[in-house]
Amino acid sequence: MRDLLRPYKIELRLAVVLALICIALAVAAPQFATLPNLTSLLNNSAVNLIWAVGLLVVLIAGGIDISFAVASSVVQYIAAKLLISVGGGNWLLGFLFCGSLGILLGLLNAWLIHGFRIISIVVTIATFNAFFGLLMFFSGGRNIYDLPDWWTARIFIFEYENAQGIWSELTLSVAVMIGCVIATWALIQRSNIGRQLYAFGDNPEGARRAGVNIAVMQGVAFGWMGLMAGIAGLCQVNIVKEVVPNALYGRELEVLAAVVLGGARLGGGKGTILGCILGVMFVAITQNGLNLLGVSPFAFQMIIGAAILIAISTSNIDLSLRPRRKEARS
Amino acid sequence: MTPAPAEQFALRLHKVSKAFGGVQALNQVDFEVRAGEVHCLAGENGCGKSTLIKVVTGVHQPEQAGLIELFGEAVDRITPVQARQRGVSVIWQDLALFPHMSVAENIAFDDLVGLRPQSVRYREMVERSGEVLSRLGVTMDLAAPLNDLPIAQRQVVAIARALMNDARLIFMDEPTASLTQSETDRLLDIVRKLSAAGVAIVFVSHRLAEVLDIAERVTVVRDGNLVGVYPTEGMTQARLGELMTGHLIEHEVVARDLPDADVVFEAKGLSRQGEFADVSFDIRAGEVLGLTGLIGAGRTELAHVMMGLRPADTGEMRLEGASYRPGSIRDAIKRGLAYVSEDRLSLGLLQKQSIADNTVISILQKLTTATGLISDRDKAATVNHWIRELGVKIGSPEDAISTLSGGNQQKVVLAKWLATEPRLLILDSPTVGVDVGARAGIFRIVRTLAEEGLAILLISDEVTEVMYHSDRILHMADGRIRQTYDPRDITVPQLEERIYA
Repeated sequence: MRDLLRPYKIELRLAVVLALICIALAVAAPQFATLPNLTSLLNNSAVNLIWAVGLLVVLIAGGIDISFAVASSVVQYIAAKLLISVGGGNWLLGFLFCGSLGILLGLLNAWLIHGFRIISIVVTIATFNAFFGLLMFFSGGRNIYDLPDWWTARIFIFEYENAQGIWSELTLSVAVMIGCVIATWALIQRSNIGRQLYAFGDNPEGARRAGVNIAVMQGVAFGWMGLMAGIAGLCQVNIVKEVVPNALYGRELEVLAAVVLGGARLGGGKGTILGCILGVMFVAITQNGLNLLGVSPFAFQMIIGAAILIAISTSNIDLSLRPRRKEARS
Repeated sequence: MTPAPAEQFALRLHKVSKAFGGVQALNQVDFEVRAGEVHCLAGENGCGKSTLIKVVTGVHQPEQAGLIELFGEAVDRITPVQARQRGVSVIWQDLALFPHMSVAENIAFDDLVGLRPQSVRYREMVERSGEVLSRLGVTMDLAAPLNDLPIAQRQVVAIARALMNDARLIFMDEPTASLTQSETDRLLDIVRKLSAAGVAIVFVSHRLAEVLDIAERVTVVRDGNLVGVYPTEGMTQARLGELMTGHLIEHEVVARDLPDADVVFEAKGLSRQGEFADVSFDIRAGEVLGLTGLIGAGRTELAHVMMGLRPADTGEMRLEGASYRPGSIRDAIKRGLAYVSEDRLSLGLLQKQSIADNTVISILQKLTTATGLISDRDKAATVNHWIRELGVKIGSPEDAISTLSGGNQQKVVLAKWLATEPRLLILDSPTVGVDVGARAGIFRIVRTLAEEGLAILLISDEVTEVMYHSDRILHMADGRIRQTYDPRDITVPQLEERIYA
């Protein structure tokens, strides 16, 4: 059992902390542990988690992406224009358009990083600004309301009305989120491509010498991130029922924080789906709990900042206390 | 002489050349490795050894004219993946493993390489990697992340990875550089086992004793040219060093008595729990004091206490007669100590910074002008002085330190410390990863410094090194000073026997 849990040390710790928070909130805020609150938590986390698994893949491959949230806005805007021009389309076309536009934007990042040997943080800060500037320029900052009906229709995968007449529902986005999580898990944990991504993130020179195709790996990592950004954009429109060009601006850091909290290593080569889910849930539950307790929203930002510092500094202490040096010389 | 049938050879190179820009890295080199043979490739850094390995494994393409034969088949324009498929593996000095992956995945990783999607079968991975390790007679925790293993075991993981690819020809580049004596012995056992199983091994090492021990034949390369192929039987270290460098390496005892010299440093009953106990010795001005013993004897730990990196539990140190109790390495430097650490690559040098910056890093405050900024003129003067003084071979002082060979990097480390104008210099394993020719250069510098009156503590686990370069030898074992020897009264084999006994 210890062996099975060993690779999940950070995840285990986060799960314990999260459980303690949930128990505390259930006691302090009676509304917290109710079905309507928990389902709305899931609905509100769907977009973040879809981004998060995409970002996880990029982090595992040793990169970072700042541009994905804005990329989702770009995808929403172009897809809306395209879908309206083909007469409305349907969910299938929606996924196809959003997915492929997202992949294109991701591949643009990958090409800039690999083709010009620029580090990913510089490239994606640049594309973050470029994407957003272009979007605001061409949209004039105007929202799009007259979207196809299928896109704004509320679809529930779960509905329940309690004795007080309060509804608990799970939206389509939650189903999409589950699909994205499973697909990403299969990619990074079960496929040889995913393992090569880990290897590339862990030791790029070692991976190159082993014959791993570096260009393709960058393409897969950022392409996957782009695909997730496209799908997240599609889902977010379904939730808010309009396209607002600057609606997602600034969300990227919240997602990055969640993924790092979940144990993904900024240097690459480390990170799990489980940790990613826990990280996103940690951020969402903290925010939700503070809301329910009536605490200022600024406290939320403080707490997330502190949590990241604590998580990262304590995981480093773990490493340095291990008597590795002694062992090596015995 | 009748030529041997081709299939008896794992590898044959005939007149292979490779040039980079204007530099001829390999010039019409012939090289043969028999199947199942342990063959040593010897030469100084930059002689073309690495280029040869890279040409055979497809990292570099050789020039048109030459001929390469692998297992009796001529090969042309081979890629690294194809080389691996044909049974050629390289264990690079940095091992090229993945620190956050499990042992099993590291061993089986090459099966996962490629763009055709396939699912990962972890159970099979664990089974197969376990099998390979048991063939090597090693048991290891297959689920542990590689990070958790000591270097020696990572080395074994790299070998297992090569065997997983059914390697029949394995190049090992400096496999023993960071291993202890007993770990080295175990590794050499594994090499012999592989050889007996028909795997040909090309062994590259700067430790000539080891080369003569393990290999059947040795091919010597100098400046990109083949010097010759020699059986190791009857070969001596001195002769091999001479073939590699092209000139005679003198090995003679240079010990002298210094009865009149002042005592610079003195330790009395120095102890630190779990590391060393009751250590007493002194060093005089102009003396080279050798400190040898097995790795783990407490030598480096002693040096760390002398440098103020950690405190002693009990005992006393005196520097030039005054009490000496450093609270930090800054104290130690201020009092006139300098320390060339064993781990040059990560501790001693800032790899990405320039040669000049590395040289002056420890004396920056001396170079500042009244404005508090660094004087470029003083800096350049200091750097040029030491580069000339120590004969460091460089392009420009502004080049990154990582562009230099091991020997020249070590000279820059020396320069950095000598710039602090120390009275006691501690050299901890100063020749790890430094080739024969450059070693001689470093010890020439050590000797000159001693003659100028510097006290030097030379820590090394190579017996010949302390034997031929110190005035007195301390033997340390299990944290205690066992005995003091005069190099003039003992021979290398006698000393080796006492250390390894």
